[in-house]
Amino acid sequence: MVVTFGGGARDEETFMPEGQENIPNLLNQLIPQATFFTQVVNRGILGHYVATASLATGVYETFNNFAAVPPDNPTVFEYFRKDLKRPATDAWVVAPSNGFNRIGESGNRAYGQGLGAGVILPKRLLAAALSSAGESQYEHLLRDNYETPLYTPQVSGSEIELHQMAEILKLSVADFTAHARSLASPDELSVYIAKQLMRQLAPSLLWITLHDIDIAHSGTYSLYIEGIQRCDRLCAEIWNTIQSNPEYANKTTMFILPDFGRDSDTDAGGNGFQHHRTGDALSRTTWMMVLGPSVRHNVVVDRALESTDLVPTLGALLGFSPKLAQGKPVAEVL
Amino acid sequence: MLPGDLKASDFDRYPPKARQLAAKHIDLLRRMPLAFLPLLLREVIAYDWKFPVEQTELDKQFAWLAAMPASDFEKAMGPFAQLRLSAKLEHVDWINSPGEFSEQLTAHLWATRQIDAFRAASIAYIHNLNAANPEQPPTTPRLGIAVIGYGVDQNKYPLFRKLRPHGVYFHNVDPENGLATLLNHVAERAREHPVPFGHWYIDGSENQAMRGDGVTKMCYAALGSVRNALIDKMRRVMQPGGGGPEVLRTMLAELRPEDLGLNGEGNAAVLNRFQVSVLTEGSGTQLFSTTFVQWSAREALRRAQPATLLLRFTPRLHEQSMRELLAGTPQTPMPDPHGSLVDADMGAYYTWINQQRLTGAERAAFLVWFEGHNEALAIGPLLPRGTDNPNPVNLRQILAQMG
Repeated sequence: MVVTFGGGARDEETFMPEGQENIPNLLNQLIPQATFFTQVVNRGILGHYVATASLATGVYETFNNFAAVPPDNPTVFEYFRKDLKRPATDAWVVAPSNGFNRIGESGNRAYGQGLGAGVILPKRLLAAALSSAGESQYEHLLRDNYETPLYTPQVSGSEIELHQMAEILKLSVADFTAHARSLASPDELSVYIAKQLMRQLAPSLLWITLHDIDIAHSGTYSLYIEGIQRCDRLCAEIWNTIQSNPEYANKTTMFILPDFGRDSDTDAGGNGFQHHRTGDALSRTTWMMVLGPSVRHNVVVDRALESTDLVPTLGALLGFSPKLAQGKPVAEVL
Repeated sequence: MLPGDLKASDFDRYPPKARQLAAKHIDLLRRMPLAFLPLLLREVIAYDWKFPVEQTELDKQFAWLAAMPASDFEKAMGPFAQLRLSAKLEHVDWINSPGEFSEQLTAHLWATRQIDAFRAASIAYIHNLNAANPEQPPTTPRLGIAVIGYGVDQNKYPLFRKLRPHGVYFHNVDPENGLATLLNHVAERAREHPVPFGHWYIDGSENQAMRGDGVTKMCYAALGSVRNALIDKMRRVMQPGGGGPEVLRTMLAELRPEDLGLNGEGNAAVLNRFQVSVLTEGSGTQLFSTTFVQWSAREALRRAQPATLLLRFTPRLHEQSMRELLAGTPQTPMPDPHGSLVDADMGAYYTWINQQRLTGAERAAFLVWFEGHNEALAIGPLLPRGTDNPNPVNLRQILAQMG
């Protein structure tokens, strides 16, 4: 299980003393059971889709962050499925709608089409459900690129359609819509869908990208903090779900990491928490938490890792060979 | 096209003063590498609508470069010349669209992992420029004032946490006539030290009445029709067939105040350009008044370098949750005073940081007041750091203590 925060969070609002009030669940419930890496450096492009794709391929991808294109290099899902001969139902991605519809499989000819993960974009599904019911408020819901707040990308990928969702997740459109009405944010909807997947298909590899934090681009500090607090709660909720599901309990490793950080308050080229444009150390450096049956508890590792180390580590854990990934397996969790 | 091919007529589409400036320095411009020149031209092309301080700085930069021995010039440009650019960039109309070139250059530098080298080159260049042209301190010490929290009756959020180590926390402030006191103080400073664009008042709602006309004023409410026109244009571009994000970026960069219904001459035209830049370049400024005030302050400090800056943060609109969005009934937009107080508290901190980047920082003072309440924090050369003051005091007395 991989959980990324698409919309990086700074240490100041999380693990530094003044930020710890925002992450009570990570700090008090999860860290005591985890090995915690204090420095994960992203040396690639600091855009959310391209950075998440880099996390998923183990290579710093260089495509246009705002284009709906597949990663150039094979994804972890393709390595996993091809090497281990796993069916399509065994690898899934739940992600925000902005561009992420192509993250399931790469454009690499040796892998690519038919070997990737199923991709579920819960907000897209909700929009489709509301649209089919003749409701028109969905336009606001799709606003997930806060760098250009009015940008709603066109989707043309292989993500799951509404009718497929009903079939695969055994979830009627009516029930899905009704449940969405009880939720506060898109990230809550993503976690709800992830739980449905776990219940119905129990995939071996599940990747969830949370995105509420990225509201920081609108410059509203209070909403950024609320996004962090929600992510904190949802991470604990995912772990608790794992531990209470017999298919997963005590045999699942969970990785939690932001895709990158955000600009520091003192870099004149940026505007503090609002963006991640300067490429300064703070915007490139983040953390990673790993929990699982073979992972040591309450251990802090200060040596620097790179974002590209994630895929080789997953390969070593699950037994596949990520041939084109640039990073190295993280020995502390193997 | 490469810089060495430049001719004076290439600048025919520039505004008058910008054209004159470019023509005057064309020999210098021809010697600059492509990774540097369009970024300078981005400043030159806007020369006619720059604040006086910015025009002086650009003039000084040209004078500094022109006076350099050839070897020093090569050294200054060397790190930019060493960057590997694509042929595609050479074909961009970087003379007339330097902003577009800048966007594409940035993407290229990120993609080719040269952004860190570019960043290091830029920092070194600015450092050398500033060292050779030390800026003059302002005639009067700078004063920044942030008024936050309008509309909040009761508050549990601990205010001024990031600023407290730098000044005095007053928690027995008499709020009576507080805003009027601050407005009068700013107007008085503008009368005593009249400088074009030297004193600013930015409000998240409407500008309150103020005596005198030496203060540059802008507010969120007055730009309502401009914001709506802008949002309308953005929506149209982003609809299917409208052109997408690349077209949107170009459209925003090319927008003129007149396109959004803002007309004016002289200083009014300069302010209009500034206001449009806040709305087109600032993420969130079109939607949230707290972001509008913070970003406007950042840009005013960076560009106009005012001696006085008064900000008043008022409640932005409540961000609707998914549950609310799906409730099915259209809702009247509601303000979010408590969230806005948190935003404004951070905005005040960022404004202080930005003020301290300017010359004369050691003499500068900063005040933030929780409007209508008894909490304030003051920073200044005469005030101790990291202290509490529980004594009864009003804002006039605090201003006097700040010097």
